[in-house]
Amino acid sequence: MQPIIELRNVGLRYAERLVLDQINIHLHHGQFAALVGPSGAGKTSLLRLILGLHAPSHGQILTHGKHPVDGQIPTIAYVPQLETVDWNFPVTVEQVVAMGLVRQANPWPWLRKSERQAVQAVLAQLEIEHLAKQHIRNLSGGQQQRVFLARALVAKPAMLVLDEPTTGIDPRLAESILHLLAELNQQGMTILMTTHDLNAAAAHVPWIICLNQTIIAQGTPEAVFTPAVLEQTYHSDMVVVQHEGMLLIQQRPHGHSYRDLIPNPIIGEVLNPAMENPSEPAFRTAEL
Amino acid sequence: MNQLLEPLSFSFFRYGILAAVLIGSLCGLLGVYIVLRGMSYIGHGLSHAIFGGAVVSFVLAWNFYLGAGLWGFAAAVLINQTARRTKINADAAIGIVTTASFAIGVALISRYRNFTRSFDAALFGNILGVTNSDLWAIGGVCIMVGLVVFFSYKQLLFMTFNNDVAHVYGVRTNWLDTLFSLMLAATLIVSMKILGVTLIAAALVIPPITARLLTDSFHRMLGISTVIGGLTGCVGMYLSYFFDLASGATIVLTQTGCFMVALGIAALRKQLRSRMIHTHV
Repeated sequence: MQPIIELRNVGLRYAERLVLDQINIHLHHGQFAALVGPSGAGKTSLLRLILGLHAPSHGQILTHGKHPVDGQIPTIAYVPQLETVDWNFPVTVEQVVAMGLVRQANPWPWLRKSERQAVQAVLAQLEIEHLAKQHIRNLSGGQQQRVFLARALVAKPAMLVLDEPTTGIDPRLAESILHLLAELNQQGMTILMTTHDLNAAAAHVPWIICLNQTIIAQGTPEAVFTPAVLEQTYHSDMVVVQHEGMLLIQQRPHGHSYRDLIPNPIIGEVLNPAMENPSEPAFRTAEL
Repeated sequence: MNQLLEPLSFSFFRYGILAAVLIGSLCGLLGVYIVLRGMSYIGHGLSHAIFGGAVVSFVLAWNFYLGAGLWGFAAAVLINQTARRTKINADAAIGIVTTASFAIGVALISRYRNFTRSFDAALFGNILGVTNSDLWAIGGVCIMVGLVVFFSYKQLLFMTFNNDVAHVYGVRTNWLDTLFSLMLAATLIVSMKILGVTLIAAALVIPPITARLLTDSFHRMLGISTVIGGLTGCVGMYLSYFFDLASGATIVLTQTGCFMVALGIAALRKQLRSRMIHTHV
């Protein structure tokens, strides 16, 4: 079976600067992959290549084994970074989600009954149908992410591409978004996302692609998240620990933990006297 | 009532008020996309560029609409391409292309001093000198823009919201961008004789900004902005007649008045909303 998206020896230059080189990726139907790498590694540029927003300087990008027409790939839906959205733009949740239907849109400015039903169905699937008439500015971080995910899903794509879907939202919401993506993947959706959260990627994503201008490694989290690969990707000393079946990744402090700098830190007053363990988060102040 | 009907007995006023309402509505409609795309400065810049085109077409004895139209469209495309393909930002590209174009016009006027007076109208507008053919041109552009906005409503909305993402979802953004530049150039050309180069930008920006203060809905913003543009065109014409003021300037001042009222309404609403929240808490 042909991969949904295939990059063969792809490279990208901005003016004289080489941004990406020798990129070879195959994403097959049902795969769930995370693209990780340091800032400036070329993650967003690679996504923009896959989305047809940039043409590669060399190499080939194929979808279902063919060259995309006019740079557009009809089977891909994109969820951009929340930071790039103009939250004051005068649109409601329903209108944003309906944008996903633009490819099959009827020529009239209004939505047909079937289109309205499709929007309602996907909002219900993501449990945000009660927000349909809300202005996008009035949403929480998790709701915002779900709205843009709904816009992607209503287009019925074969593949979802998400740019840092967990950035800017708290760990609990990030967990719920990743859980949702895992569910969608179980239903057969192919997913490619970028992330800076290596621990979340290790816990939720079965295929990791480490990028720093070129592909450093790709494989399962256990195969890829090794100190050697991470050192090569991030040029930084990383610690990888197996704990209760989980893979935990942490950058090793270079002798600059607060214990090295502040021998006797003021750590605050225990609010609950029964809670004597100072490692518990029950402090009134944490003045450093 | 008779006082309101009296000016309509003059044909120059009938033509003028019709032109003001159409131009006001047209600028109000297109202005929504310009403001939401963060292109407010382009209306100001392009109108100056088209002035250069108008002078060149006069010197070369070309048709005004054709010469100024081609010039304006070329300027819009040049700005777009300069901003996309070089390190120059869009605002700087607008500054370079449009002021250079305006300078060509001024230089040609100083060289051929005999037609200086006829360009006063292009600079400051001459709504009372509207001819039948001007009205046909305005009507034609209104129909063209209206049809494009109606049949490309969803594509234009998506492109205005997020250009790159719209491309990924299948909107032909390059083509639509070019069409938008064409509509903008056509609007500026037919507006130039009415409002003048110096006042067009206000007519493109004030009605949509006013509408934005009054609504959070895109389609309502389109409607309100178009109505404000048309209505202030009509009211401004009457005010200019009764107080003997320059019509273009009076229309823009009427729009500014509307904006101030909307600002007051928005502030009042905000205060009421925060009071309601405090009461509930």
